[in-house]
Order: sequence, then C-alpha cells, then structure tokens
Amino acid sequence: MSLAAIDSTSPTPQATAILPQRGIGDRLSALFWRRPEILLVVLLILPLGWLTVVYLGSLAALLLQSFYSIDEFSGLIVREFTLRTYLELLRPANMDIIIRTVTMAAAVTLGAAVIGFPIAYYAARYARGSWKALFYLGVMLPLWSSYLVKVYAWKLILAREGIITWATDLIGASAVLNGILALPVIGGNSLSTSYIGTWLVFLYVWLPFMILPMQAALERVPQSMLEASADLGASRLQTFRTVVFPLAMPGIIAGSIFTFSLTMGDYIIPQIVGSSRRFIGQAVYQLQGTAGNIPLAAAFAVVPIIIMLIYLTIARRKGAFDAL
Amino acid sequence: MRQLKLMGTTALVAFTALSPALAQIAELGAPEGQVNIVAWPGYIERGQTMEAFDWVTSYEQATGCMVNIKTANTSDEMVALMNEGGFDLVTASGDASLRLVAGRRVQPVNLSLIPSWNTVDPRLQNAPWYVVDGVHYGVPYQWGPNVLMYNTEVFGDQPPTSWNVVFEEMTLPDGQSNRGRVQAYDGPIHVADAAQYLMYHRPELGIVSPYELNQEQYDAALDLLRVQRTLTARYWHDAFIQMDDFRNEGMAASGTWPFQVNLLQADGVPVASVIPVEGATGWADTTMMHVDAENPNCAYLWMEHTLASNLQADLSVWFGANPVVPAACTDGRGMQTAEGCTRNGFDDFERIRFWTTPVTRCESQDECVPYYRWVSDYIGVIGGR
Repeated sequence: MSLAAIDSTSPTPQATAILPQRGIGDRLSALFWRRPEILLVVLLILPLGWLTVVYLGSLAALLLQSFYSIDEFSGLIVREFTLRTYLELLRPANMDIIIRTVTMAAAVTLGAAVIGFPIAYYAARYARGSWKALFYLGVMLPLWSSYLVKVYAWKLILAREGIITWATDLIGASAVLNGILALPVIGGNSLSTSYIGTWLVFLYVWLPFMILPMQAALERVPQSMLEASADLGASRLQTFRTVVFPLAMPGIIAGSIFTFSLTMGDYIIPQIVGSSRRFIGQAVYQLQGTAGNIPLAAAFAVVPIIIMLIYLTIARRKGAFDAL
Repeated sequence: MRQLKLMGTTALVAFTALSPALAQIAELGAPEGQVNIVAWPGYIERGQTMEAFDWVTSYEQATGCMVNIKTANTSDEMVALMNEGGFDLVTASGDASLRLVAGRRVQPVNLSLIPSWNTVDPRLQNAPWYVVDGVHYGVPYQWGPNVLMYNTEVFGDQPPTSWNVVFEEMTLPDGQSNRGRVQAYDGPIHVADAAQYLMYHRPELGIVSPYELNQEQYDAALDLLRVQRTLTARYWHDAFIQMDDFRNEGMAASGTWPFQVNLLQADGVPVASVIPVEGATGWADTTMMHVDAENPNCAYLWMEHTLASNLQADLSVWFGANPVVPAACTDGRGMQTAEGCTRNGFDDFERIRFWTTPVTRCESQDECVPYYRWVSDYIGVIGGR
C-alpha cells in the first residue's frame, strides 16, 4: 500500500500518519483497539467459564437434586420435581439437626466476638514493634498446624482422664467441673462428650478468623476521633460505645460471617468431640453415602446457604458493608 | 441407513451377550508387569508401616507384577472407584460386593486358574455375598467379628456374657451404673446389632436375619437403640478415637473390632473381648476382579498369592481378623497361631451374621425396611429422637 494510494482514497491528511501493518500482533492490537469488548471477552472467558460451569454449575446441580425425592419402596431416586424432600427437613429429627447447628454456630460466633475483641483491641491500639509481631504470630500460629492434630489434641485435653480434670482435682475444684457437667443439655459425661467441649474446640479453631478482621477494622479507627471524643467530655465507656464500637462493627460482622459459616459447614469436630449428635455437615455426609439419599443430602446442604443469605441481608441492612 | 442401524444393534446385542463369557479367561498368559488394587487401609502392606508386615514384596519378586494400591475408606468409595474403572481388583465388603455384581462391575472368576482354591475354608466357598446363582465373583480375602470389648478392671472376675451391658441400664461388677460408660458404633449398620439382640431375647418378633427387618421388628430395634442412647456418652466412628476413649474416658464396654482389642492389649490397657451368647455381627471381604481388568494375568496371580502365601496369616495378625484359609492358623506360613485365630473369633463362624446391605425386597419376608431409612432413623436416634 503506497502513500499515494492512501492519499487518493482518504481525504484527511492525518491518514498519512498510519503506519503499514507489520503482522498478526499489529492486526490483533488494532482489533482490540477498535473493538475493546472483544479484549474484554477474551480476558474474562476463562474466569467466567470457571465461575459459571464449575462453581455455579455444581451449585445448580445441587439445587436440582434437592427437588428430586427418594422412592419409599425401592429406595431409587425419582427424578421428578417435588417439594417432598424439603418437607422431610421439617421432621423433628431433621429440625433438631438444623437448630443444633445454627445454635452452635451462633454460640461460637458470640464467644469468638467476646473473647476476640479485647485481643484485637490491644493488638491494634497498644501493641508496638515486636509485641505487635508477637500478637500477629500468636493469632496466626494455630492456623499453621494441621486442623486434625489440633482437634485430636483438644480431645485429649478435654477427656475425663485428661489434663483439665487432673488440674481441677489438683486445686480442689472438681466440684465446680462436675457442677458444670451436670447442667442439662450442654453438660455430659465429660467435657469431651458434651456440647461445652464441642463449643470450646470450635471456638479455638475459628477464633483467628474473628480476630484478624476485627483488628484490621480497629486499626482504621482514627486516633483524632478518640481525641475529639475525649475533648468533648465523653467518658471512656461513652467513647467506646459511640465511636470505637460502631466503627469496628464492619470488622466484627466480617469475622462473624467467617465463624458462623465455618461452624455451620464443619463435620469433623462434632464427630471427634461431642456426644455424636449430628450436625448438618455430618448428616449430609452420611445421607449421600451408602444410603444414596442424595435428594435429602442436597436439601440439607441448601439450608446453610439460605441461612447465610438471610444473615448477609440483615448485615447489609445494618450497614455492615458500607465501609467495605 | 436402517440396515446400518440394524447391524449396529445386532453387533451390540452380540457384544453384550458375549462379554461375560469373553471376560473370563481360560488360561493364564504372560504377566503384564503390574496390578492395580483398591483396598481398605492397612489391608495390603509392603513392610513400610512395620517391617515385619510385608506380603507384597514376595509376590512382586515371584511374578514381576508391581502392585499399585489405591486405598478407600468406605464401601461407597470402593464402588465409586470401581465404577470409574482403571483398576483390576478390589477388596470388597459384604455391603459392596453384591452391588458390584448387580452393577456388572466385576467378572466371574475361573477357579481352575487358582490352584489354592481348595484350601479355602469350606464355610466360605459358597458364601452368598460373592456367589450369585452358583457363579463365583471373586475369592474370599479375610473376615472378622464385631466383638464386645470390656474393661477387665471394671468387670473383674465376672466378664460380660451378653450384649445387655451396652443395651440396658445395669450396675456393673464395680458397683457403678453403666450409664455414660458404654459405646456403640455410629454407623447405621449398628441397627443390626440391636436386631440380633432382639432375635435372642424376644423370639416372638420372629426376626430371621438382623439385616431383614419388617416395620414392627425395625421399630423394636429402634426402641432398644433409644435406650442405648441414654447410656452412651459418645458413639464411635474411628477406631483410634475409640481406643483413646478406652484409655482416657473411662469406658467400660463397647462393641468393637478385634483390631482395637489387640492394639489396646499390646499397649497394656486392661481390656478383653468376648462374643456374647446372642452371637455377633461381622464382616467378610472378597477379592473381586473388575469386568474390564487390564492386567488379568497379574490379577489371577495375586488372587492365588492371597491364598497361598504368608498373607493370610500375617494380615490376620495385623488386622485382628481371620484367615480364609484355615491352614494359615497352624502351618506356620506366617505369624498367626491357633490361639491367635481363636482369639480373633475363628471358631465362632456359625455365631456371626455378616454385614449385608438391607434392601426392600428381602428373602425372608415380603418387605423389609431399606438401608436409607436405617440411615435417617439412626441419625434421629443418636440425636435423641
């Protein structure tokens, strides 16, 4: 293509500035420049494909399964749309499992918030230099060792002939321990076979997931606001109630989403520590096995999703995500 | 076009009709150099866990077939792996073996190619969990009972003789109640243990097999299990957690496998085991061959090896199980002894009812409660319903 040819076809003098194309790379970049949406599609096709096919696809398959039912007589799965499987969730034994799991998740979240807040507050506002590093390390350290080892270790700690019983015997406080274990519902034969034990282990395992977002939120609370609050005559409690706590709320909510959903989905801890009463994860695991009751397992698996959606909606209404 | 379709269908019919016959080989050829086996953990040892327990090296040296092991933790995993394909053999339990046969995932075995077949325990040679319509779909591998383990310090000189110590509230010989001091298996198959207890104590229910229960018999078993829930602090699922509970939780009695009893005794924990008057449930595993096994010659050589070598004796010591070749108890081919076999329940075969999957269409009555209901109802019982 000669300059003369360009001159003859294009009336604008700028056209002479266009260089001749030098191959496939130029042509591609020209295409992407003229049609930016093509570049967008090329870049997004892989991650979007992953998200829709693998991620949402499996969720859709799960949802679909939950609308099937199992034939009472033959035990075969009937592939016809029905809500019968969801109705089965309302049976007392199944409701027990859902209520048990949600209550435990709520208790763990509450416990983690109460225990985690002072730690996060100190680490964010007072710890300096190597102390700060130590705090980070201390919070993160449990995450570096195997989850199973930690749970087994806790089983030994909580056992009837374990270190806690031994220590309470030593200081003559075994009456207190026995009193706690004699409590209805949450008590049991020993700490490791009671709900208290399960709660303690959950609390230990998920606590870092509560502390870290809380600490991040507390670090973002500007010092100037605390000073302003003090200048205006607020007491420490008032400052905490009206300044620090509301500003730390997004962190607490973020942490609670972690602890709540992780507890709800776990099926290992209640199997090792506790009274063998099932949690949702265990029920799903057992129902999809030899039982072949995949519809009910799927319906059970949908429950945490719905609860989390409700939870997130409430959190959003409360303005928890405004700061994110 | 129609002709083509017809040819296609005819070929397909011919192929499906012929394939079972084709699958069974008539004589052994040259070994292929490897064999792929799906097995329970700890079932196929090559001396890596403990040097003394090795029943693979001698096979590899003798045949040149390298053994590749894929372990599976549940019967469901085994069935899934076999459905996927790519394996030659599987050590299937009674709740998987018939499913594999029904799903045409395993092929009939030509027993004439396994010279040691006639050494197999006659009690197992035609066992219903792997022989269908007189056709053998594999060779027995190992079996064992679910025994009653008890703490010898608690029971002293009055060892338990009945499963009632784990099913009904009572005062144990040490003067304390058994409440909170007994355990039960947390798998739904434990309903069969309750049914077996009722078979003995409430004959009017007319239970013929603990795996074939009608609604009334099933309800009675569940009622018994609800009593057991009030006595049980924790159900056991993992063998090592149960062993820990006998060490640290003051457990007095529980159903268990000889595996845990042997390991605890070796550790000096004061426990012993018994098969009570009601009898016991048990498991029996079979080596089965995939219908499309790529290494049939090595697979046949392995099946022969399982029966003829030190495997039967050493595995039974290792796992607390029983050899399927009675001679392995006494002929010194491995570490097992006659006393060891007796301890693992070898002489109690008649009193053991082996695990099978409960199905709706059962043999002994019109209609039985199928396994999926055992699962959901046992979850309810453990949850206190």
